[in-house]
Amino acid sequence: MALDSKIPKGPIKDKWTIYKDKIDLVNPANKRNIDVIVVGTGLAGGSAAATLAELGYNVKAFAYQDSPRRAHSIAAQGGINAAKNYMGDGDSNYRLFYDTVKGGDYRSREANVHRLAEVSGNIIDQCVAQGVPFARDYGGLLDNRSFGGVLVSRTFYAKGQTGQQLLLGCYSAMNRQIARGKIEMFNRHEMLDVVKVDGKARGIIARDLITGEIERHSAHAVVIATGGYGNVYFLSTNAMGSNATAAWKIHKKGAYFANPCFTQIHPTCIPRSGDYQSKLTLMSESLRNDGRIWVPAKIEDAKAIQAGKLKPTEIAEENRDYYLERRYPAFGNLVPRDVASRAAKERCDAGFGVNATGEAVYLDFASAFERYGTEQAKIHGIKNPSKAEIIKLGQGIIEEKYGNLFQMYEKIIAENPYETPMMIYPATHYTMGGVWVDYNLMTTVEGLYCIGEANFSDHGANRLGASALMQGLADGYFVLPYTIGDYLADDIRTGKIPTDSKEFDEVEKEVKDRIEFFINNKGTKSVDHFHKRLGKVMWDKVGMSRNEKDLKAAMVEIKAIREEFWKDVMVPGSANEMNVELEKAGRVADFLELGELFAKDALNRNESCGGHFREESVELDGEQKGEAKRNDKDFAYVSAWEYKGEPADAVLHKEELEFNDIELKQRSYK
Amino acid sequence: MNLTLKIWRQKDSDAKGQMVDYKVTDISEHMSFLEMLDVLNEQLVNAGEEPVAFDHDCREGICGMCSLYINGEAHGPDRGITTCQLHMRMFNDGDTITIEPFRAAAFPVIKDLIVDRMAFERIQQAGGYISVNTSGNTQDANSLPISKHAADEAMDAAACIGCGACVATCKNSSAMLFVGAKVSQYALLPQGQVEAADRVKNMVAQMDLEGFGNCTNTGACEVECPKGISLDNIARMNRELMKANL
Repeated sequence: MALDSKIPKGPIKDKWTIYKDKIDLVNPANKRNIDVIVVGTGLAGGSAAATLAELGYNVKAFAYQDSPRRAHSIAAQGGINAAKNYMGDGDSNYRLFYDTVKGGDYRSREANVHRLAEVSGNIIDQCVAQGVPFARDYGGLLDNRSFGGVLVSRTFYAKGQTGQQLLLGCYSAMNRQIARGKIEMFNRHEMLDVVKVDGKARGIIARDLITGEIERHSAHAVVIATGGYGNVYFLSTNAMGSNATAAWKIHKKGAYFANPCFTQIHPTCIPRSGDYQSKLTLMSESLRNDGRIWVPAKIEDAKAIQAGKLKPTEIAEENRDYYLERRYPAFGNLVPRDVASRAAKERCDAGFGVNATGEAVYLDFASAFERYGTEQAKIHGIKNPSKAEIIKLGQGIIEEKYGNLFQMYEKIIAENPYETPMMIYPATHYTMGGVWVDYNLMTTVEGLYCIGEANFSDHGANRLGASALMQGLADGYFVLPYTIGDYLADDIRTGKIPTDSKEFDEVEKEVKDRIEFFINNKGTKSVDHFHKRLGKVMWDKVGMSRNEKDLKAAMVEIKAIREEFWKDVMVPGSANEMNVELEKAGRVADFLELGELFAKDALNRNESCGGHFREESVELDGEQKGEAKRNDKDFAYVSAWEYKGEPADAVLHKEELEFNDIELKQRSYK
Repeated sequence: MNLTLKIWRQKDSDAKGQMVDYKVTDISEHMSFLEMLDVLNEQLVNAGEEPVAFDHDCREGICGMCSLYINGEAHGPDRGITTCQLHMRMFNDGDTITIEPFRAAAFPVIKDLIVDRMAFERIQQAGGYISVNTSGNTQDANSLPISKHAADEAMDAAACIGCGACVATCKNSSAMLFVGAKVSQYALLPQGQVEAADRVKNMVAQMDLEGFGNCTNTGACEVECPKGISLDNIARMNRELMKANL
């Protein structure tokens, strides 16, 4: 099947407007006869469910947690971008569009990104109307801050809990619709497969995670909003339950999977401390607004720190290497995430890491304490303040901005970051790859949509800070409700979709057989045993730095782990009850396939792009010497993989990316 | 560290539960409490036994999924944190640790340490929202100035993660800190004022219907709240309710 992105004709700034004017609408009386299934109720799924219900459709929403409020969108800290230009610093829809395409290293789809920028302002209006308590200045207007990779302040925030507040906003909108009966909410349910009738997505098979019961649910369209697949690495900043099952199952039923190797390695995470570790914790990137990143300039100082013989506060200013400020003077500590992550790894690989494992750099707030403290002393009219007074005043400001992050760090590391610099290191965070969708957010299966992190379209090879929340809400509140209506307009006479058809019988049987297999296998190794082994291969060979030899080896190793998994996995308990190990087994089985496709995609992409450093593709000279080298001539495409059984046999389809409005050029943050 | 764990095991909501003793060895002080339970579960699975079911997800203190009543305290013996942020450095080698589900009539046990907190959902559905059209073109966000003080206070109330520690720790199993936080967030903001009276009446009515007890100003909820939600929110809710009934 040829890929048709269905990008509307016309100038980029008018595409969305023209499109909206021309699509088919469903009249309110007919919407009452149409059902839509939304799987996943984070920012994308929650906002979609609420809005579709508001429009009048009957929505069935599914979440594996006990409440939509627990979705991992809640953990996003720093903020949400919007081109409001409230600060008057030159922001515009075009500039947000430009920054996002450039920040994504020119591997996103122009038309989708421009639409995202266009609706961004409306998102803020909507959230404020819902009662989201964004930060305000003393005049009562909304406050903004800046994020990596941009030169304007366009990030709206609610302390360090922006994701939480935005999610609670759309969750409250969902609650209103649940109370009205327009959303039927299925908590503690997991979608285990999609059901197609005559080639169209017409329902899902789900498992009630409390009773173990397998259920059939039908609808006129199915929306997947189940987030990313970062847990393929075992250790990541994702929630423990974040999984790829829904996205992977629809891939196996015909939806192409795009750019699986594009995953974001986030620069500011709390470093790993031991083998028992279950997950990694992110510290908001907004900290880079006020923190300066450094490692010791002398290798002997680094060694002494690693051995616990020297403290960071004992290293004089001239013996510190503020390597981001040194290498990238224009952006300094605010370079994009991929650049910051790679630079940290480069210093640590060279032996300058600052914790026992040598995998950490410092994020230091000392100069911010002084800068803010001096300003505060003036504001409060304190004459000749002592240094201690200044620091204290400055710490008060930092606490107001990032207090919860500092507290979180102290709880995990047991060090007070107000007194000693934080230690940070890159970790797997957000996945930019995902299910391939066209401009309508429809997958290659008719009537099957995919939104938010689960799709691929908007972030390219790297995601700029504060743009994940923006995409989730844009898709759910403002894009899907239009595009899905255009599709559903043909379904007004279809009537209820029956669930007693042979199509439902078949898929339900597949799901039940798989569950029975796990329960009856009686192997000798736990699910986590296999997940950890997969994660190690992924991080060592398909992580921030990749080469052909390792990628080929990774594909072989992952396949071997998968074969062993199917022979030797052990799942205690039964199918007809709450069974956490059974849930994990199904999810890890999917990761074991996805991981191999991930490595295959990385092998195919023989260029350094975004956070993905391909050792064979590096700038050899000039101003960019040693930096990652992108190859637009051969790789300016989306790789969309078609399922053909074994991941190694997946067939590559290319969506050539067209850049008509932004010139393709090497990114420079110097 | 080597530890003895006394853990509540209960097959499902109908079954009779009991405390069971387990031993774990070589626990690092840097582990989180849930990672320590992961170690136990790996041990149980390897022995072919069913692991202990407990709720958890983000493991960074924000989703509100983790619960646990540890040595008689909701979220265990540290202040201002969730169970996933509790670290083993709070315990000593040789300790015996008692682990139970959150206890409240309105939070029935589903399995082992997992309880059903759907009562909170139903309270929110009774009115914990602003009735704004989520598919419409709302007015420009800056057309409604809000004082920094009010926005900050609303944010402090909105920081509630809905974990239920306030209920679990209250001798009356009262949900008033949770509901107070929700009511306060909206009471402090100009948006949604037109339905403020109905909101507080409906939410409080639902709270009573769910079987939560009343507040007797003991303040245990505030002490155990991982997000430092203040008792002031309960006072504000009472004031809002009184205003609504006048």
